[in-house]
Amino acid sequence: MTQLALVIDLNVCVGCHACVTSCKQWNTSGSAGPLTDLEPYGKDPNGAFFNRVQTFEVGEYPNTQTVHFPKSCLHCEDPPCVPVCPTGASYKRVSDGIVLVDYDKCIGCKYCSWACPYGAREVDPGRRVMTKCTLCVDRIYDPALAEAERKPACVMACPTSARLFGDIHDPESEVSRAIRDSAGYALMPEWGTHPANHYLPRRKTPMRMHEDELVRFDNPLKIDAALPKPPKSDPSLDDVMSW
Amino acid sequence: MRPDASVLLLTTLIGVGQGLFLALATVQLYALGRLLPEPDAHTFYAHGSLLALVFLAGGLVASFFHLGRPERAWRSATMWRTSWLSREVIVLPAMMSVVVLYGVAHLVAWKPVLAVLPSGLAIDATVALGVVGTVLAFALFLCTAMIYACLPFLREWATPLTVANYTLLGGASGFTLAAAFSAWTAPELTRFLAGWAFVLTLAGMASRVASLYRNHRLKPRSTLQTAIGIKHPRIVQTSAGFMGGSFNTHEFFHGRPHSALRSVKWVFLLAAFAIPLALLALGGSTGSAPLLVAAFIVQYAGLLAERWFFFAQANHPQNLYYQAVA
Repeated sequence: MTQLALVIDLNVCVGCHACVTSCKQWNTSGSAGPLTDLEPYGKDPNGAFFNRVQTFEVGEYPNTQTVHFPKSCLHCEDPPCVPVCPTGASYKRVSDGIVLVDYDKCIGCKYCSWACPYGAREVDPGRRVMTKCTLCVDRIYDPALAEAERKPACVMACPTSARLFGDIHDPESEVSRAIRDSAGYALMPEWGTHPANHYLPRRKTPMRMHEDELVRFDNPLKIDAALPKPPKSDPSLDDVMSW
Repeated sequence: MRPDASVLLLTTLIGVGQGLFLALATVQLYALGRLLPEPDAHTFYAHGSLLALVFLAGGLVASFFHLGRPERAWRSATMWRTSWLSREVIVLPAMMSVVVLYGVAHLVAWKPVLAVLPSGLAIDATVALGVVGTVLAFALFLCTAMIYACLPFLREWATPLTVANYTLLGGASGFTLAAAFSAWTAPELTRFLAGWAFVLTLAGMASRVASLYRNHRLKPRSTLQTAIGIKHPRIVQTSAGFMGGSFNTHEFFHGRPHSALRSVKWVFLLAAFAIPLALLALGGSTGSAPLLVAAFIVQYAGLLAERWFFFAQANHPQNLYYQAVA
């Protein structure tokens, strides 16, 4: 069985919000209708987004890390938002595990948003129905797009490749490898929702020093050590310079 | 959570309607067993059913204002296998239609005997309708309460006490209304009904105070650490990612200071329990209609405050992601 998901690398995310804007652009232009903004240029703008990037400061000065945290629907494997829906508008696709809302069936009772511990669902103030990340279901299967572009808009937009997209049930997929190799984790595991989306933690990037970077093999200024004597028969530029 | 007026009205109004119907059915069962004098079917049962229906219908109408797309509300009856909300949507109209049938049967004196018990007690259609309506009233209390109690991470709600509170508080307000109603229509029952209203209000107070005590001691299971998956004792949000409003910043926060929460708690403890208990004791012993009406009005207002507090106190884990705007 397939379970499509995003894997978000917090070690790489720089918090540029490119995924937020590309998500909004794609999902406000689709056949499902606009992702409404009320008073976008007014005093109190209000609108629905499928994806937000939040910022957290971890630690105490001077040992602090700024963590940019992209947040969207996690497409839980056991989604608590689905069984509570009274109309069946909220459902999880068996074929690929995407959690979707049928906008034509939704009555806008907001109960599913109460049932989501992550706050991943937002009511569209214009359409007055519940909306959420669709993993760009209208992109990823579109034969009109080039194969390499059949990815969610946020993944396409990320300039640092912090967002990976794939099937986490396929052990050899890029996302499964990333989760396995880089200690991918799920959010709020205490509620047993088994989110499909995973996050890769911040990692220490050790500086790799090679011997010849400290003591240069060809040291023009002779700062580090004496130059090895080149054989006389060996013509080189260093020979010329060392005079 | 943000208390929504439509949901406050829905849950309190249908609670009164259910409780009132339970009071009518209780009186009928007692009268059947010759433990109470039989009241006038026309004025007590038929008009009482109409009154219960008005409250149930009021709740139903209020619920539509909660919906973004009320014109599609009929769809919400489909997922009764998994959704308590869907079950409530089915049971509420079912209960209302039984209340209509019960009232009409009493109005036109349609009482065909369905069965005769070995003791010689005749069970007629109105008794059967009363029993069906009683079952539905309890089922509706269960559905309404389970809508909230079935969400495990809203820990203030996820307790059997929620079901007990909805049942007892709805029952108490319904019996208080029944006592006030009987002061006009069947004064011989006022003492009995006020007595039961007193007992139910006392029981409701016990279970509500128990849930207050429980919720006071709750420790959050989700923290900022589990929310973003970083194991560090000091994490501070510096930006929610946007500065405008959104569904997440409106729907899940009550937006009042903590002191308001505390005052509402004392208001509802007084208005839903303490004052009505005193008025019921006085009104029940004297049979005074104005006192009993006052008891109902004060208790209903208290229950609105109780429901407001019920929502405002629930702290949704998604709020962890919205601790700072920017």
